[in-house]
Amino acid sequence: MTFDDVLDLLAAVGLLLGAFLSLAAGVGLVRFPDALSRLHAATKPQILGLIFIVAAIALMSRSWSTLLALAPILVFQMLTAPISAHMVGRAGYRTGNFNADILHVDELDEVIERATRDSADGAAAPSGGASGERTDPSGAVPL
Amino acid sequence: MTSILYIAATILFVGAGLLALYRIVRGPSILDRLIASDVMLTTLMLVIGADMAINGHTRSIPVMLVLSAIATFATVSVTRYVSKQDRAITGVERQPQDPLAKGDS
Amino acid sequence: MSDLATDGSGTAEIGEPEPVVHRELHWRIWVQLPLIVLIVLLWMLLWGTFSLFSFVTGVVVAFAVTRVFYLPPVELSGRFNPFWFAVFLGRFAFDLVVVAFQVAFQAIGPRGIRRNSVIAVDLVTRSDFIMTLTAVAISLIPGSIVVEVDRRQSILYLHLLNVGDDNAVTRTRLKVLSVERSLVRALGSMADVRDTGVLARSGPAAGIPAVHPREGAGS
Repeated sequence: MTFDDVLDLLAAVGLLLGAFLSLAAGVGLVRFPDALSRLHAATKPQILGLIFIVAAIALMSRSWSTLLALAPILVFQMLTAPISAHMVGRAGYRTGNFNADILHVDELDEVIERATRDSADGAAAPSGGASGERTDPSGAVPL
Repeated sequence: MTSILYIAATILFVGAGLLALYRIVRGPSILDRLIASDVMLTTLMLVIGADMAINGHTRSIPVMLVLSAIATFATVSVTRYVSKQDRAITGVERQPQDPLAKGDS
Repeated sequence: MSDLATDGSGTAEIGEPEPVVHRELHWRIWVQLPLIVLIVLLWMLLWGTFSLFSFVTGVVVAFAVTRVFYLPPVELSGRFNPFWFAVFLGRFAFDLVVVAFQVAFQAIGPRGIRRNSVIAVDLVTRSDFIMTLTAVAISLIPGSIVVEVDRRQSILYLHLLNVGDDNAVTRTRLKVLSVERSLVRALGSMADVRDTGVLARSGPAAGIPAVHPREGAGS
């Protein structure tokens, strides 16, 4: 078995792992109970799957220019995936797209309740941001 | 060996795509569809990448690059317009008095 | 990149006085230099060549982009420790693999998802930059999604998948704080390094109460 064969084998393994993680994301999407849980399934396995596939491409082509061209793909994805996950997660929490019955603890809800109670008592809400905006009566997600 | 790899990867990717499609069709909320279409897009990226790895070319790298750059914009712009009316119809309403939701900390 | 840190606060900056414009102009170039270097690097990567031509066009594009799409300058701490940064990257890569497979097996496994949690983690740092990086990093590594950010008190509200008891909640909280700590050691200010060190030594009992310390203080 030559060195090239080893690299080919590694690339094949990376390819299969990437495909497996992609399938797992799909299964999670179908099986998980609420939107926020599905968001977990959509984010993390997909990123690692992309890393494996990109590694497989690099191992197959074995040239530095390919590696340099592949780097921005990973950089974009790793920087933007958390941001879009955050945006979707925030919208999901604010619009109540989750099953509160299976939450073990909800510390954000406690903060919001305290803030609404405080402002109902006539005192100013203790902090802006999170608590203040969610009680926005319009119901739309402010950004 | 390449053909075995080809078949296995195809099965896995098609499965992922179908599951994402199921979630897009079933919903129930717009966020679920959004998440599922994001998964669909990433799966498409992975398929393009797998094609490059199996067939040994690098022509589609710009396509992957563009997909990875624009996938976020779609998600972020749709989340701007999600409102409370888009809550899942069958979903559970938030109940402040529910003892289960309170936890014990 | 500053989206995560800025959008939780909404109207936070309204009361602040107008900064002195001349001094701003004078040092803005130095503050933005890391951003410009990053844009030039990304530009050259996109073209796939490290030539003089791509460098020059990259600089032009970087200045045009920072001028047209103006963002408030990112306040760096001015400190960078390559060793701790490498440690962070190594940990990040390892945890990423572990967490991705964990979520994958939770999706496929027979037990499914029992209980989720939404927790508040009170970060030590007050720096927007470190907070943003921590938020980005923990979105990927302990399997959490940042659902809300309280920028003023630097509290992150995280949704955790399949975390159903208090021990697991505490473990995740410690994990997030240790991610913050390793980022601070790589990029944070000396004051933050000291504060995170104090928190890490004093341990969970003193440092991480069940409800966070500044609640009700009215800050």
